[in-house]
Amino acid sequence: MAALAVLDYFWVVYRRTWRGSVMGRFASPLMFLGSLGLGLGSLVDSASGGVNGVSYLHFVVPALIATQAMWVALGESTYQVMAYIKWNRMYRAMLATPLGVGQVLFGHLTAVAAHLSVASVIFVGVCAALGTLSGWGLVVCIPLAVLTGMAFAIPLFAVTATLDSDEPMSIIFRLVVTPLMLFSGTFFPIDSLPVALQGLAWITPLWHGVELCRAAVLGGAGPGLVAAHLAVLLAYVAVGAWAARRTFTRRLVP
Amino acid sequence: MSDVLVRARGLTKRFGDFIAVDGIDVEVRPGEAFGFLGPNGAGKSSTMKMIGCVSPVTSGELQVFGMDPATHGPAIRARLGVCPQEDMLDGELTVEENLWIYGRYFGLSRREARARAQGLLEFAQLTDRRSDRVEPLSGGMKRRLTIARALISEPDLLLLDEPTTGLDPQARHVLWDKLFRLKQQGVTLIVTTHYMDEAEQLCDRLVVMDGGRIAAQGSPRELIERHCSREVLELRLDPVVSATGTTGAARGVELLGEAFGERLGERVEVLPDRVLVYTDDGEAALEAAHARGVRPISSLVRRASLEDVFLTLTGRTLVD
Ligand SMILES: Nc1ncnc2c1ncn2[C@@H]1O[C@H](COP(=O)(O)OP(=O)(O)OP(=O)(O)O)[C@@H](O)[C@H]1O
Ligand SMILES: [Mg+2]
Repeated sequence: MAALAVLDYFWVVYRRTWRGSVMGRFASPLMFLGSLGLGLGSLVDSASGGVNGVSYLHFVVPALIATQAMWVALGESTYQVMAYIKWNRMYRAMLATPLGVGQVLFGHLTAVAAHLSVASVIFVGVCAALGTLSGWGLVVCIPLAVLTGMAFAIPLFAVTATLDSDEPMSIIFRLVVTPLMLFSGTFFPIDSLPVALQGLAWITPLWHGVELCRAAVLGGAGPGLVAAHLAVLLAYVAVGAWAARRTFTRRLVP
Repeated sequence: MSDVLVRARGLTKRFGDFIAVDGIDVEVRPGEAFGFLGPNGAGKSSTMKMIGCVSPVTSGELQVFGMDPATHGPAIRARLGVCPQEDMLDGELTVEENLWIYGRYFGLSRREARARAQGLLEFAQLTDRRSDRVEPLSGGMKRRLTIARALISEPDLLLLDEPTTGLDPQARHVLWDKLFRLKQQGVTLIVTTHYMDEAEQLCDRLVVMDGGRIAAQGSPRELIERHCSREVLELRLDPVVSATGTTGAARGVELLGEAFGERLGERVEVLPDRVLVYTDDGEAALEAAHARGVRPISSLVRRASLEDVFLTLTGRTLVD
């Protein structure tokens, strides 16, 4: 299994950096929950009695699980990939061996999925430990968050491989990610948005991830709707993988 | 095994409209040390990358181990050791990790990869730096590590793109010695270099590349005999007309032209820092120059070298 050899590399790198990385993973739920769940939540609940019949905390926590996965995916697929292409050149070293572009890509994406899993387990664990939510629904959120993250990471791998410098990345962050976080139903239901912005939410992965996690924790979504959300995320993964293979080949095997 | 390890016919590499390698024919036989010699931009690395199956062939034919890189890239790369022109080491990993992890990419077990890494640490004379991160190592140490890493799969064919660039003279000689031993063990070597002495010492056969084409090929001795005179007279002239009696450069070149202009077998080459006279009798040429009134700062008669072949063929010196 050639992809296992690629994973060895990422494992050795992780062993060197895991402390800082894990600390960051704990910090993120504490900050989100502290400010949004408790701060904003108590305000919303006392003003309007929660959202759609549930407390704001219950409304926002599943969405935050999907949203943090998006942030982790961004960190692992933009500057990281650029570094391996341009500065570190590890990809090129791998490609001088029997490994092919597909295997290198698969190995790295597996490592990203592992990062997403660790981050999501920690996030969900902190939410449970603080007593905000509990139950199996929360556990189901973990694979859903990983899927949401991969629906971002894989297309971003494809895009990053076409970039010459890291400048466009800050544009991606400012023009794509931040609006996504605000308009994908994380903090308030998208039906309070104008229809045009709702359409935007439908075509991006985050809203689907948010809705899936919410359905897992709060219930209330029919199987057809769940299947549709899953299908959109899987489509991002599949199309992204196809595109990433092409852009990686063009970039790394000139 | 067939009698040819690498066979190229009309091998061409194009980047957009630019032709980096322009239809070259090359054959490398098992067990030999084969060289690509050429100035910057000649197309040496582009050729090496095609042979190393990390850059697709634009047109023409290429076979490595009798296989086509387009369809059998992984199978070919499994038998290659590659030392690229730019070190592709991971600066965050240690010396030892860079070695054994690379071995894993060739399908070695962890145990086997680690065992081989031990031997290669000694090969690279980096045993005492094994646990250090690679980033702060000196350029020469990184180069040695890159070469050692290329050996972890015990390759049949070793591709070395400017292996000794950045090494100090002693390290260069140590490396030549090691490469020579690998060759004796039956490893075929393909080397690119700017260093003439390296090509002369190491290569059984070589091609001189210029502008993507092959300008000449043969053994180092053959090339010198075919393209050069036996001896070379080197004269260093004063850049300015001075009061101490030496001849100024412009006047000196004029006088040399008069002295040797019409005589067959002698050719004058003017370089920025010196003038070369290609001749079969260097001492006689020096006397003739003196007789014409040329007073150089210094003069030297030496045997012709590959450097001169190169100059003759391309009209340029090789700059490192
Ligand atoms: N990926 C690429 N895209 C565009 N042009 C390229 C690419 N790689 C090489 N070239 C061009 O091809 C030509 C040959 O380059 P190559 O690296 O093969 O030369 P070289 O003989 O190895 O030179 P040097 O001695 O400087 O290493 C150069 O003009 C270079 O600019
Ligand atoms: Mg080169």
